[in-house]
Amino acid sequence: MIEVRIRKQYPAGPDSASFSLDLEFRSSAGVTALFGPSGAGKTLTLDCIAGFVQPDEGRILLDDQILFDGAAGVHVAPRARRCGYVFQNYALFPHMTLRENLDFAVERTPRLGRRRKVAEMLERFHLTEVAGRRPYQLSGGQKQRCSIARALIGVPRVLLLDEPARGLDAPLREELYSVLRQVRQDFGTPILLVTHDADECFALADEMIVLREGRAVQSGPPRVIFDQPASVDVARLLGLYNLLPVEIRSLDPGRNSSRLRFQDFELTGPYFPGRLIGDQVWLLVRPDQLSVAPRNGRPAFNQIPATLLRTVDRPERLRLEFSGDIAVEVPPAAVEKYTGVKEWVVEFPSAGLRIL
Amino acid sequence: MPPGATIDWFPLWLSLRVAAISTALALAIGLWLAWILANRSFRGKEVLDAAVTLPLVLPPTVLGYYLLVLLGRASPIGHLYELVFGGPLVFTWQAAVVASLFHSAPLLVKSARAAFESVDRSYERAARNLGASEVRLFWRVTLPLVRRPVLAAGALAFARALGDFGVTLMIAGNIPGRTQTVAIAIYDAVEGGNGAAARVLVLIVSALALAILTLANRLTSNPFGPRQTAL
Repeated sequence: MIEVRIRKQYPAGPDSASFSLDLEFRSSAGVTALFGPSGAGKTLTLDCIAGFVQPDEGRILLDDQILFDGAAGVHVAPRARRCGYVFQNYALFPHMTLRENLDFAVERTPRLGRRRKVAEMLERFHLTEVAGRRPYQLSGGQKQRCSIARALIGVPRVLLLDEPARGLDAPLREELYSVLRQVRQDFGTPILLVTHDADECFALADEMIVLREGRAVQSGPPRVIFDQPASVDVARLLGLYNLLPVEIRSLDPGRNSSRLRFQDFELTGPYFPGRLIGDQVWLLVRPDQLSVAPRNGRPAFNQIPATLLRTVDRPERLRLEFSGDIAVEVPPAAVEKYTGVKEWVVEFPSAGLRIL
Repeated sequence: MPPGATIDWFPLWLSLRVAAISTALALAIGLWLAWILANRSFRGKEVLDAAVTLPLVLPPTVLGYYLLVLLGRASPIGHLYELVFGGPLVFTWQAAVVASLFHSAPLLVKSARAAFESVDRSYERAARNLGASEVRLFWRVTLPLVRRPVLAAGALAFARALGDFGVTLMIAGNIPGRTQTVAIAIYDAVEGGNGAAARVLVLIVSALALAILTLANRLTSNPFGPRQTAL
């Protein structure tokens, strides 16, 4: 269990704006993702927990040990914190072999158990064959696994991962995810993961904390956050939605419906409690909730005419980007007979619409 | 070489011995200073750095004068030395060691500081994160990582110590068979018309310096094997 309440202020420098981190969260077993754009304070948070950076005030509690307490003047040295840290560049010692890297991490433990521990870790992370090599002789995936093994071998109380998937290609990324799932299951060590990749949160995290400019803007299970972003900011950070500016024209609680104006067109949606007619709001709709058809006469119910700007091929799905910042994702088969068509209608569902 | 003229090899051996001892001292003191300059932040840090660099730019006679005042028989340090070792420091071969040290250590501190500062901070963070004490971090991680540039700096310091003239002359003097180092012996030989001996010593010193610089260059390239070609 880790409990963090920290505040850290950086004044503006000659070529940097001021930055303040003001964060409070707790996480227990499982994987917690710190999600946010670069410069949100994610890595700084890890560095505060590991003790590389001293916060201005607050408290960091790991299990039953206070690692930092601004008021009481407690700042435990990094070496005594037992926080496994997997660095973005792995930070494997280049002058040591892989085995020596692991040895270094258990030097304080009794000599007898050391060899067995190292052998066990090498075996578990499929590194036995390359144990005698130096880091520069290893592949990216092997370095990645070695740095995780090195962080875990001292039995840390929390595992901190700084953008572990950065720079890995798709197969290695999948391999990393399965390694981390295995770690989560076998070691039971709480994992704190820094990422700017929404898919990664989905793939790994039990809980996620959305950070923006040093503040937590939303936290909860990824599924809940993706379904209910708390604000336009969060929705933008997740980068998964169409966000369209609309005006509420009518609200009818009796029939559970509403009418929204988008540009020159009207859409029908569900009733939005707590909103007023005339409110300017953002319509939130996932690209895969929309469907398209070639334009043919007047748009029908809940359809909006739009011009196709470009298409992006994705595995499984085709992403169509239209004028008015509308993106639609459909199975390729649904549109393949309309190649060359520029003018389309986009159909909105009336039930699944949400506003922020 | 005219018949009958022999070369006195003592100055060469003395110089090698003086340079070796002063390089060892420079490594011990210089690495410590360089590490402090690279890792600690304190008031007056850049003043300290400038003071350490000063011997590089001061005329050797100025440096020699300071050392004479500082270590002479009338000074507290000189007096203490005399009490402990039973003889004065100035105008002995040990004084030549001090001269070489002040002549060569600044170079070593400069390059060692740059080497320490070039170490990726994440290695030191990783070592601390894995429970290493500061001492273990230094011996097991930082020093091995800067081993080659530090050895190269040591080689340069050795070469420079070998070549000191002015400071040595000021505080160790020119006593043949006792404090006459090779640089001074060459000066003596030229002044005394012994061109043949001067030529031989000049060639030997040049060859030594060239060899040391080549070694230093090889040390500063290619650390930890080829980076790009993975096996």
